[in-house]
Amino acid sequence: MSLYFKYLLILFKSQMQYRTSFWLLSIGQFFIPFSVFAGLYFLFERFGHIKGWDFFEVALCFAVIHMAFSLSECFARGFDTFSSLIIKGDFDRVLVRPRSTFLQVLGSKFEFTRIGRLLQSGIVLIWALNNLPIEWSFVKVVTLFFMITSGVFIFTGIYMLAATMCFWTVQGLEVANIFTDGGREMAQYPLNIYQKWVAQFFTYVIPFGTVNYLPLLFILGKTKGNELLYMLTPLAGSLFILPCIFVWQFGVRHYRSTGS
Amino acid sequence: MKVYASILKLRVLIGMQYRSAALAGVATQFFWGFISIMVFQAFYEHSSITPPISLQELITYIWLQQAFLAFIMLWFRDNELFDLITSGNIAYELCRPTDLYGFWYAKLLAQRLSSALLRFYPILLVAFFLPKPYNMTLPPDVTTFILFVITLLLGLLLLVAISMFLYISVFVTLSPMGSLLIFGVLGEFFAGLIIPIPLMPLWLQKIAYVLPFRWTADFPFRVYSGHIAQSDALIGVFIQLGYLLGLLWLGKLAFNSVLKRVVVQGG
Amino acid sequence: MIKLEGITKSFKVAKRSTGLRQATKALFYREHTIVEALKDITFSIEPGEIVGYIGPNGAGKSTTIKIMSGILVPDGGNCSIMGYTPWKNRVDYVKNIGVVFGQRSQLWWDVPVIDSFELLKDIYNVPEQEYKTTLNLLIETLELKEIMNSPVRQLSLGQRMRCEIAASLIHNPQILFLDEPTIGLDAVSKIAVRQFIKTINQEKGVTVLLTTHDMNDIEALANRVILIGKGSLLYDGKIEELKKRFGSHKTITVDYRKNINSIDIPGTSIIHWSPEHAVLSIDTEKILTSEVITELSQKVDLLDVTIESQPIEDVIIQLYKEFQI
Repeated sequence: MSLYFKYLLILFKSQMQYRTSFWLLSIGQFFIPFSVFAGLYFLFERFGHIKGWDFFEVALCFAVIHMAFSLSECFARGFDTFSSLIIKGDFDRVLVRPRSTFLQVLGSKFEFTRIGRLLQSGIVLIWALNNLPIEWSFVKVVTLFFMITSGVFIFTGIYMLAATMCFWTVQGLEVANIFTDGGREMAQYPLNIYQKWVAQFFTYVIPFGTVNYLPLLFILGKTKGNELLYMLTPLAGSLFILPCIFVWQFGVRHYRSTGS
Repeated sequence: MKVYASILKLRVLIGMQYRSAALAGVATQFFWGFISIMVFQAFYEHSSITPPISLQELITYIWLQQAFLAFIMLWFRDNELFDLITSGNIAYELCRPTDLYGFWYAKLLAQRLSSALLRFYPILLVAFFLPKPYNMTLPPDVTTFILFVITLLLGLLLLVAISMFLYISVFVTLSPMGSLLIFGVLGEFFAGLIIPIPLMPLWLQKIAYVLPFRWTADFPFRVYSGHIAQSDALIGVFIQLGYLLGLLWLGKLAFNSVLKRVVVQGG
Repeated sequence: MIKLEGITKSFKVAKRSTGLRQATKALFYREHTIVEALKDITFSIEPGEIVGYIGPNGAGKSTTIKIMSGILVPDGGNCSIMGYTPWKNRVDYVKNIGVVFGQRSQLWWDVPVIDSFELLKDIYNVPEQEYKTTLNLLIETLELKEIMNSPVRQLSLGQRMRCEIAASLIHNPQILFLDEPTIGLDAVSKIAVRQFIKTINQEKGVTVLLTTHDMNDIEALANRVILIGKGSLLYDGKIEELKKRFGSHKTITVDYRKNINSIDIPGTSIIHWSPEHAVLSIDTEKILTSEVITELSQKVDLLDVTIESQPIEDVIIQLYKEFQI
């Protein structure tokens, strides 16, 4: 873990060599989801609610998924841009170092400009929380925290799956965007506004539902049945990364036997 | 004119080589389309008011948007041109015996055309045969369809003219980031790509109707579904033409003046 | 120290398809051709040796290095390096080796060199004290002092290569694999890099295996060369012997007063001839150089004579021809 911070530090130093572009890109990252959020706001202004959810509840959904997304884009960027590591042949370098490939790939790149997006979603989060009549308790705060981390785990897991694909082919990788960008876009709204099959897919296969929809029911006091179950869903969702790590290791093994 | 045609041909051939990327793009756009439709569907379902655009018109609007994404995205950019400008290698381009504005315009146009040619028909084809209510509908009559094609193509020409200003601005700022940001975020929003313009609050609609962006996307898509009446569409075509000529003229003027500065500075 | 026995490796190469129909087919099924990259490679290297590993492009040099550094798993054969099998226990094994890929950088591009070294220290878990000693030695022998605080992107290629090599020695490995360490360097930098490789070999007893296309590297550094072609081991031995065996040719260039008679001498062949100038190749196994000069002086009015022994490049080219690789 301390090595991870060392990687973080050296790449932060590198980034600071290009300050102007860093600030411009960060500002861009602030405004891009901003326009999406503005669109969302205007829709609520016209329609009032979406299937029983009001604006601030959905804003909370939006904030949580965007925070998770920006954090994972910042800290798991190494997997997101893994194809360049393969194309340049730098993955060989990773293999001749006495550390796990997972740690080294994570440490190979960070995208600090996502601070802009994080800030934007942070503001939305605070705004939403201030306007929602939530009875706060320690457990709810912890749940909120786990919601964001589980989102990070899920996005990272998807990046890893796409990265593993690079061991076979670097073409058509954009498909992964369906689940990262697409997943983010979809999870801006509570999952139950979608058709059943969509909701099921994103609960049981790629568990975005566990990032915001299910635990939000608990936080907002909308649950029917066992509260504990809803509270724990983010933890269950985090487990998504385990099979991804397994698949990744399978990919590394394949790479070492074929060298492709 | 022959030069421009050959640029176009070359671009299409290059674009063809990225088939798998195109396929992945199609898949992504489908997913995107579905998600947007479902969101609007959910909003419409329990709405107490009658929205200014029907769900069916909206769905058609969304599929057209997905199919012709390459025609309407301001983000879509040519890094080669940015590099040319920022590195100063533009001097070489000046040696070419063609009008540079036209040359770049053709290049950008060709990129968008080649990208769209690969993507639009699979999306539209599938969108027509989707189960209700997700399917796209045919335009109400042939005249509307013809009007749609005209407005879409004029919209494309207009968008490329707008995007030329992006490159022109980089001559001054020397970094594409800021301009891309402003053009991208504002342009897309006011083109009706985030939410369709009829669903915006009235005060925002007023702004959107004054700016040129909506004529590239919102206008042709609503002409298709008949949401904009034929007579209004015909007037719109003239407004599109007016904008196009105006922006081309302005663009050329601005382009020549920034080029002059390059020459004075010695590249 | 290093022992390879019967290492084989083959790759499946997908046939590139053109055309839309082929591409669609390729989504489901791809035709492959098997390329045998290494066939039964066996050699061993003793501690403290510097061995040059040579062969034309695509001969299998990089594949061998990749197998020896634990990146690739071979199809068959044994490899034991310092008691480890490289592709098993990767993490434990790679602590003992340093690898330089000449065409790629392992330094962080935008930060001062010293920062990269510090990070490598942490990656390899080098104790502080040991790190300081090693670093001082490296800075001294590689003359890195002035460039330690410059970002890598500002360094010249030669400076960068010196830093690259230093970077792969931070953890005091006992074996160093150098894959084309002098590629793209100018003459002065090449000499500096060679000098350094020699120094660390002599002072720290590091075993070095280097691949290169520059035969001067080999001549300056390696007593022993291993030649590989099309995946097979072709020669393994002293460089002098290689020259003796295959390089028994000398080139003689002569200028003389105008003479239109031919200068055919048995045991030589004419490379170039004009009425005033000729270049001959001498097979020293058939005729002595002195005899050739004597015969020449009888045939023409000599003005100037230069004799060159065959450079190792030619020996290698000749070898490639001989083995048809």
